[in-house]
Amino acid sequence: MRIAIEITYLVSSILFIFGIKFLGSPKTARKGNLYAAIGMFLAISATLLDQEVLTYEWIIIGAIIGSAVGLVLAYKTPMTGMPQMVGMLNGFGGGASTLVALAEYFRLNPNYPVDTGLPFNLPIDTGIAIVLSLLIGGVTFTGSMIAFGKLQGIVTGKVVKYPLQHPLNLFLILLVLAGGVFILLNPSNIPVVLIITFISLVLGVLLVLPIGGADMPVAISLLNSYSGLAGSTTGFVLGNNELIIAGALVGASGIILTNIMCKAMNRSLMNVVMGGWASAGTEGPAPESKAHKGTAKSIDAEELAMLLDGVSSVIVVPGYGMAVGQAQHAVRDLMNVLEKKGINFRFAIHPVAGRMPGHMNVLLAEAQVPYDKMLSMEDINDDFPNTDVVIVIGANDVVNPAARHDKSSPIYGMPILNVDYAKTVIINKRSLNVGYAGIDNELFFYPNALMYFGDSKEAMSKLVHELKAL
Amino acid sequence: MEDFLFLMHIYVFVLAIFVGFELITKVPPTLHTPLMSGSNAISGITIVGAILSAGLEQFTISTILGLVAVIFAMINVVGGFLVTDRMLKMFKKK
Repeated sequence: MRIAIEITYLVSSILFIFGIKFLGSPKTARKGNLYAAIGMFLAISATLLDQEVLTYEWIIIGAIIGSAVGLVLAYKTPMTGMPQMVGMLNGFGGGASTLVALAEYFRLNPNYPVDTGLPFNLPIDTGIAIVLSLLIGGVTFTGSMIAFGKLQGIVTGKVVKYPLQHPLNLFLILLVLAGGVFILLNPSNIPVVLIITFISLVLGVLLVLPIGGADMPVAISLLNSYSGLAGSTTGFVLGNNELIIAGALVGASGIILTNIMCKAMNRSLMNVVMGGWASAGTEGPAPESKAHKGTAKSIDAEELAMLLDGVSSVIVVPGYGMAVGQAQHAVRDLMNVLEKKGINFRFAIHPVAGRMPGHMNVLLAEAQVPYDKMLSMEDINDDFPNTDVVIVIGANDVVNPAARHDKSSPIYGMPILNVDYAKTVIINKRSLNVGYAGIDNELFFYPNALMYFGDSKEAMSKLVHELKAL
Repeated sequence: MEDFLFLMHIYVFVLAIFVGFELITKVPPTLHTPLMSGSNAISGITIVGAILSAGLEQFTISTILGLVAVIFAMINVVGGFLVTDRMLKMFKKK
């Protein structure tokens, strides 16, 4: 039996690897997800046959509750809510790791619940794995819940600074490590295990709270990586290779995404984790700018429709504002109208547009925009000089030309979409307010830029209406 | 051999990290959200440990911790795979 179970775990691990491999192309991605799901089903089935599993009622109750909640979350969450959903799921993975590590500790402890007086020989490798599971799992759990709260608007999306932030966090991490060493030497000490768990949970809150809303793509990616690593450490606790492999795959995935997000913002991971731009997340009137005293020109729907009537190429740059305004369907209508006129219409998507990696792509896919219309920054940036009209919808910092030349700008060096090279740039925003980086956007004052004010959904619907009326 | 078991696990971990890096650098930005939710579902593999804890013969604190862990991991697994499928269904080529 044992060998059959182990072979099933091996097959399941291979299915995970193929699953992730197939997730690499839109054509095979659905199949990949299915492979991974089959792998999970096999792993669960094999575990249920394990001779250590003797009672099934708690497993069944837990599985029914968990499946029901998962089902509701998966089908009731709107596509705009995906960052929150993924944030929350990361947390459950981490929470499960913490709980399993605790359960395993109590199972191994011969002096619990009754003191038998027997010595507790906790193997050093298992001990280390338990402490790391508690730390990583705990941080992932509460950190993800805070990230969820920030994305959902329950917790402030602003950068939260508190006194002695860095020394305090460092101190708490050292405290957990010291507690870990203590547990290796005195395995029977239950209060210390509980204290380690508690501090890890507090640490998750303290580490994610300072991260601003616009930095959420990095935070979510990083927590995704942690949830994988927590799975791996649980694998080390149980001595199970499949958990180690699956966790490592997810850990690697999260790290790669984190790295991509950081590069796209020209910031180091440290900089983001430490709390980022001082004023990030403060939306308010633009500060008095010294560089450009000019006024931004604006355009209304009717004029814009006439302008678009005679062009041959249009690129739309969506940002978080499109998600907030739920404008993706109106933008799709715009695409249909313009394509009917024979205009070459495409989307340019910056890696950090939105609140998580790929956020804009999912929203546009939901609105039935074909994925070959969505181009990444690398693929489209050279096309802007040959483009007649660029329409920026609810994006700001990712199109700010200051990133290219203004060394004093906080976003200097960040790779941006070169929308200002197009013949005309239309910027749809509700007002001239600053973006999430809290900085002024000189693009609005460029001679080829026109502001098209209004709520993104309303503005796009109005534009489509005008275009149809032509 | 027992002494080297831990080292063998480290081996597996390191190799799996490399496999992960190789596979995931090839995923296009368009699929980053489903990649994240899909890999998230995979990290629900902790369900294996949760089942082992919740299925112990004697009812102890470990059973309760295991039960909650099963709930958490199952939300992760079911929610993760289904929402990923829901997203991927929408990705169509023209």
